[in-house]
Amino acid sequence: MERRGLELGVGFFLIVGFGCLAYLSFNLGKVSLWGASSYDVYADFATVGTLKTRAPVTMAGVEIGQVKTIKLVDDQARITLEIQDAVQLSEDVIASIKTSGIIGEKYVSISPGASEEFIKPGGSIRDTQPPLDIEGLIGQFVFGSMDKSESQ
Amino acid sequence: MLRFVRMLGAAALDGIENLGRLGVYFWFMLRGLIRPPGKFWPVVKQIEFVGTKSFFVIGFTAISTGMVLGLQGHYTLSKFGSESVLGAAVALSLIRELGPVLTGLMVTGRAGSAMCAEIGIMRIDEQIDALECMAIDPYAYLVTPKLIASLIAFPLLTAYCDVVGIFGGYLVGVGLFGLNPGVYMNSVQSSVLWEDVYMGIVKSLCFSVLMIWICTYKGYYTGLDEGNFGPEQVSRATTKAVVLSSIAILLCDYMVTSIMT
Repeated sequence: MERRGLELGVGFFLIVGFGCLAYLSFNLGKVSLWGASSYDVYADFATVGTLKTRAPVTMAGVEIGQVKTIKLVDDQARITLEIQDAVQLSEDVIASIKTSGIIGEKYVSISPGASEEFIKPGGSIRDTQPPLDIEGLIGQFVFGSMDKSESQ
Repeated sequence: MLRFVRMLGAAALDGIENLGRLGVYFWFMLRGLIRPPGKFWPVVKQIEFVGTKSFFVIGFTAISTGMVLGLQGHYTLSKFGSESVLGAAVALSLIRELGPVLTGLMVTGRAGSAMCAEIGIMRIDEQIDALECMAIDPYAYLVTPKLIASLIAFPLLTAYCDVVGIFGGYLVGVGLFGLNPGVYMNSVQSSVLWEDVYMGIVKSLCFSVLMIWICTYKGYYTGLDEGNFGPEQVSRATTKAVVLSSIAILLCDYMVTSIMT
């Protein structure tokens, strides 16, 4: 009888503890036990700006994956996108790097294409748009008039 | 002058001797893992003592910490107009830092002190000597079950503390400041990575070993330095055990953080 209370208490503790641990790891930590149900797609950009790994990849505003790696290949930035298995990308999609808000984080936005052909795992996106260079734009705006007077 | 030099030497030798004893003690504690007597029921009992009975204390600590983090975080973040990242602030500080440390400190105060006193009283009652006479390894019988139990209980308590704390922040952020619940939970989910959770688990495992090591060590060698085995020595050993474990936990916390980031 004495042992029953002990067992109950310990069992309760273990259930709640492992429940919390599972919530933290699977829901918040995004650990997948059964292997990643995603595939990789490459995209080359002239520049990626301040894009970081693990930045979200979205299509029509819905998150469909994340940036896995960013590397320099042939003077271009090659990023690997981890796309969820359920999403198929047409061959003529356009990948562009955008900013959430004016000073927010960079993310990759994919605009849907119309082609019947899909990009295979390990394939690459041909059309890419580098991020908007806000500093450059401000520079042009501020010093733009000087350039004009020089050319006249 | 000569006396000063002698004192310095004695202190250094004492220190080295104590350090060596601490190391040998750790070895005996680990050796207890493969030595009889069986440990299943002692471990279950210790899990109940360390884990189940700490539930209320940890829950209370966690929810008040979470709510304070919510209040303070909201105060600071609203100055920058970025209340939307309140969830991230609360969750990251809890999972990476406050969850493991607060759990470690509270369990040290609640269970570590009791373990030290228990073993200390067994020492001054000569019960440990009696165990040795009966050819029972006192380390395997007394210390190792506590080690196994806290290795199991600490990460679970830490996870529980994190979740309850995040809920506390939710209460304040959503209930009091009228933040959008979806915004809060989304900011929690998008900011927490597996590395953060992993770091919390590693920390809690380190803290559990430190707590058991220091608290049971102090209890085991109660009164040895004074050469006098009385109730006063038990109280002194318990105080020392709690203070030393807490300091060790805080130092270890800094080291683990600096190594893992």
